[in-house]
Amino acid sequence: MLARDDLHDPNNLALSLLQEPAEALAVLAPAQEGNFVDWAAALRSGEISPRTNVYPETKIRVLDLDVLMTDTAAMPVVRFPHRPHTEWLDCSNCHDKIFVAKGGANPITMFKILQGDFCGQCHGAVSFPLTQCRRCHSVPRDQALRVEPQ
Amino acid sequence: MKPARSTIRRLGWRFLPFYLAVLALGFIWPVAAEYGDVVLNHRSDRAGVRPVIFPHWFHRIRFRCKVCHHELGFEMRAGANDVKMSDLAQGKFCGMCHNNEVAWGLENCDLCHSGKPGLAGGIYGGHRTLGPGRW
Ligand code: HEC
Ligand code: HEC
Ligand code: HEC
Ligand code: HEC
Ligand code: HEC
Ligand code: HEC
Repeated sequence: MLARDDLHDPNNLALSLLQEPAEALAVLAPAQEGNFVDWAAALRSGEISPRTNVYPETKIRVLDLDVLMTDTAAMPVVRFPHRPHTEWLDCSNCHDKIFVAKGGANPITMFKILQGDFCGQCHGAVSFPLTQCRRCHSVPRDQALRVEPQ
Repeated sequence: MKPARSTIRRLGWRFLPFYLAVLALGFIWPVAAEYGDVVLNHRSDRAGVRPVIFPHWFHRIRFRCKVCHHELGFEMRAGANDVKMSDLAQGKFCGMCHNNEVAWGLENCDLCHSGKPGLAGGIYGGHRTLGPGRW
């Protein structure tokens, strides 16, 4: 309820014109936390079709490249998929502001992520929250080490 | 594997309770706001209008992140954009869309200025980290 979310002013007469989140979100692919929506799945399945641009001349860049990040202690290895990210975001949102575009070139740790750096700039704020370990740590170690080059 | 890596690996586990504590903070924080809601209040309170609430959930159904954070140039950090009504009227920031063409126009003050007076600017909605959301 917007009127009781501790954010919206219940005395605002226009409040009833705003949409209740539950009304829009409950019909989308469910997730356990955050908006309780699996936004990547909702986009993939066509449940939502958000616009990619407002200016006709803007170039839309999408990349299909997975990067494995293996420095994960005993946790499963992290698979970073470019495809779903570049569906939502432009390269310049990450490169080189947040990540250098070179495999293994970024000193990422879970501590820094929880501080809001690297993946934590979006995950934990707008994209699915950091409590969903397994969505990032998604590849079992033995399997990942088998497919890794070197 | 290189030796430097194994040190990090051991440290990683040692800090696990700490990670969990940080996460727990996110849970006990008393917020019921929708995940990703941003309050903009650099100037509103001082100017005697309600703070602005920007709902990510509502906009991301209609627009991808790149529209605002790439095309329109919104910095991806709560509080990093110094927004003035005069900018909006010139078609910048929210005014890029809230112009009675892409979306309803600026005369609907109370739809944007909908926050409780005195709200601190920043990102709301629980699960928050110690990161940019604290600005
Ligand atoms: C990329 C275009 C775009 C930008 C930029 C934008 N909006 Fe919107 N906004 C929309 C559209 C489209 C709607 C839906 C309009 C409709 O339903 O007619 C909307 C609706 C809203 C709503 C109403 C949500 C509801 O519950 O009905 C609010 C509040 C809002 N915008 C606030 C903002 C604020 C504050 C900003 C700037 C920080 C902003 N918007 C920037 C496109 C935009
Ligand atoms: C959400 C953030 C994000 C976006 C958006 C993004 N990237 Fe990346 N990119 C990464 C990360 C993370 C890595 C891995 C870096 C590492 O391993 O330290 C990476 C790695 C790369 C690499 C190096 C791959 C390798 O194996 O060495 C290239 C090339 C690259 N990105 C190109 C792009 C291009 C082109 C786009 C836009 C179409 C793009 N990226 C969009 C986050 C992003
Ligand atoms: C948004 C994606 C994401 C989520 C969610 C996530 N991690 Fe990570 N995690 C990473 C990345 C990226 C690394 C660094 C991997 C690398 O550098 O090779 C990492 C590294 C780690 C490490 C290695 C040690 C360290 O400190 O870097 C541990 C342990 C770890 N994560 C535990 C967790 C746990 C427990 C959770 C859930 C509470 C979690 N992670 C959730 C992305 C994530
Ligand atoms: C610039 C913002 C941004 C950054 C930085 C970012 N992500 Fe994401 N990520 C997103 C968005 C947006 C989605 C779409 C789903 C959502 O919002 O929950 C997503 C989705 C994902 C998914 C789910 C993909 C699927 O198909 O279900 C994984 C896994 C993921 N991110 C891992 C990572 C990892 C690991 C990192 C750091 C190396 C990272 N992300 C950094 C924005 C970001
Ligand atoms: C599309 C959303 C939107 C609408 C509609 C809107 N505003 Fe704003 N307004 C903002 C944002 C965003 C800010 C910057 C908030 C901040 O940082 O305090 C702002 C700031 C202000 C400020 C303080 C700073 C300044 O520039 O003077 C005043 C006063 C203000 N608005 C009045 C109004 C009035 C009066 C209306 C109706 C005629 C209105 N606004 C309609 C989004 C909106
Ligand atoms: C309609 C415009 C719009 C869209 C679409 C949008 N954002 Fe934002 N975003 C904003 C505004 C406005 C702010 C607040 C900026 C400020 O406070 O100065 C913001 C802030 C943020 C922040 C900063 C939060 C913090 O903790 O500091 C992140 C991260 C972010 N957005 C990620 C995303 C992601 C990921 C998507 C796509 C899923 C997205 N945004 C889509 C307008 C948008």
